[in-house]
Amino acid sequence: MATPAERLGRGPDHFINRIGLTVVYTGELLRHRAYTRFLHWAYGIFFFLALLSGFGIYMPWIFRWFTPLFGGGAMTRMLHPWFGFGFVLFFGLQALNWFILMAWGPGDTRWIKRLKEYVTHRDSVEPSDVGFFNAGQKGMFWEIVGGCVAYVVTGVIMWFPEIFGRTPVAISYVIHDISALIMLAGIFVHIYLSTIGEPGTMQAMTRGTVSEAWAWTHHPAWYKQVTGRDPKQALDEASKKLGSTPPRSSDL
Amino acid sequence: MSDRKTLQVQKISGHPGPVPGAGTQRQEKVCKLIDTTTCIGCKACEVACVEWNDMPFQPTMFDNTYQTMPDTNWNYWNLIKFNEVSNDDGSFQWLMRKHQCMHCADPGCLAACPADGAIVQYRNGIVDFQEENCIGCQFCVSGCPFNVPKFNPSTKKVYKCTLCSDRVGSGLEPACIKACPTGCLHFGTKDDMLQLAGKRVTQLQQHAGLKDAGIYDPQTIGGTSVVYILHDATNPEKYGGLPKNPKIPLAFTLWKSWFKPLGLIASMMTFAGVILHYVTEGPRRVQPQPPVKEIDGGEARKDN
Repeated sequence: MATPAERLGRGPDHFINRIGLTVVYTGELLRHRAYTRFLHWAYGIFFFLALLSGFGIYMPWIFRWFTPLFGGGAMTRMLHPWFGFGFVLFFGLQALNWFILMAWGPGDTRWIKRLKEYVTHRDSVEPSDVGFFNAGQKGMFWEIVGGCVAYVVTGVIMWFPEIFGRTPVAISYVIHDISALIMLAGIFVHIYLSTIGEPGTMQAMTRGTVSEAWAWTHHPAWYKQVTGRDPKQALDEASKKLGSTPPRSSDL
Repeated sequence: MSDRKTLQVQKISGHPGPVPGAGTQRQEKVCKLIDTTTCIGCKACEVACVEWNDMPFQPTMFDNTYQTMPDTNWNYWNLIKFNEVSNDDGSFQWLMRKHQCMHCADPGCLAACPADGAIVQYRNGIVDFQEENCIGCQFCVSGCPFNVPKFNPSTKKVYKCTLCSDRVGSGLEPACIKACPTGCLHFGTKDDMLQLAGKRVTQLQQHAGLKDAGIYDPQTIGGTSVVYILHDATNPEKYGGLPKNPKIPLAFTLWKSWFKPLGLIASMMTFAGVILHYVTEGPRRVQPQPPVKEIDGGEARKDN
């Protein structure tokens, strides 16, 4: 079974992948190992700490009620850069973990072009060339990588204004805000799709596994890669067993 | 700190809604007039400032000029700047300027401040920091065109000249004014000070041969409550740290007042978007789903 870590050159025996336990039951596939899941929730927590403390500073005339959560305005200001540091640190490790999987391919450009069909659920099953991550996930990943770079550069400038001076701080302030607004928009989409938007996804980041049906529905190429079976054939067989007509797909 | 009976608040940083008590009392704009042509650099105003505000004396540093220290500090709000200027015509000028907060009508520090009530502007024009509300972000340092607010790393708060709002609130003149031995410092209403300054400028132009003499009251920030009489008003940069057209960065005006709320609304629209998507399109379920047993009302989607 080829797993993401293997394709990164880190076999299942790499010490990082021997941390923690992931139980894969019959009918399931291993999606994320414990190390990946730990990183995800670590930067997830820091993201929300940074987001809420940032809100209190962003527009206090609406969000001043966030600052008492962190011990008042001055404490919020003091903690926010450290929350950001935690987010960037853990996301950075995840980026090292994932960047090869996130490489953009011609199939991803095709996927982006049919974004409208994806959003309107034209096809019940994803195109057969969608691998471990689809182009939407890859786009969000690279947006966060870029956003983190922007956060770090502008954040450090605002953290030590006495070194960088007046104008760089004023510019940084705007870039930092824009980056935060983009990520705020992104987090809604991310949470929606991983919970109620695409049921069965959340367990990939909790228990670390997904059902085979989830895999051939959302990531057919990955399903084929890890099981060696044709996703269309598997889907047809499952449909027959269930007594339903096979769902429509653009190219399956 | 202010006497609430006499100092009416006009603007509050990072504050939702109207300013409490605005317009309940008529107040004249106050103004400090500094005549640089009669300043002798005695530093009596510096001493009066640290005395009145109970601040420690600072060690001086020798840098081959009369400059006692490079800049004001979080606990040293008033400093005479000595500027030795060689003019293009070969003449030499020794310009002394009392440097402190300018108390802008349109304060960049207040515009930049994200903390509710950390910076207030009184109706009389004084811009005052309320340190108990300061969060120590130092955006005010970035917003100030005159490099006035100074950060104290141990208290994580920012401090500056208050124009002796405590004294002015009690009907007294600021401490620096009281100490000036040459009468180069004046204090009164803005109208009175501008009139006085105008007379002095006319005198300088007609009798002292200073054709470029003028008033420094920059209109790019709506004027200031500290006004200078300069030997050469065409080139205020000569006096060190006195910009000709001081400006507040657009980040703290355009971005903060307009694009921040709009950007937040745009960003929050994605929340509305995903809810709308769930309601109209529903979840994307793993396939295959069991065959449809019954559809109650509406037209069934054939492909699901």
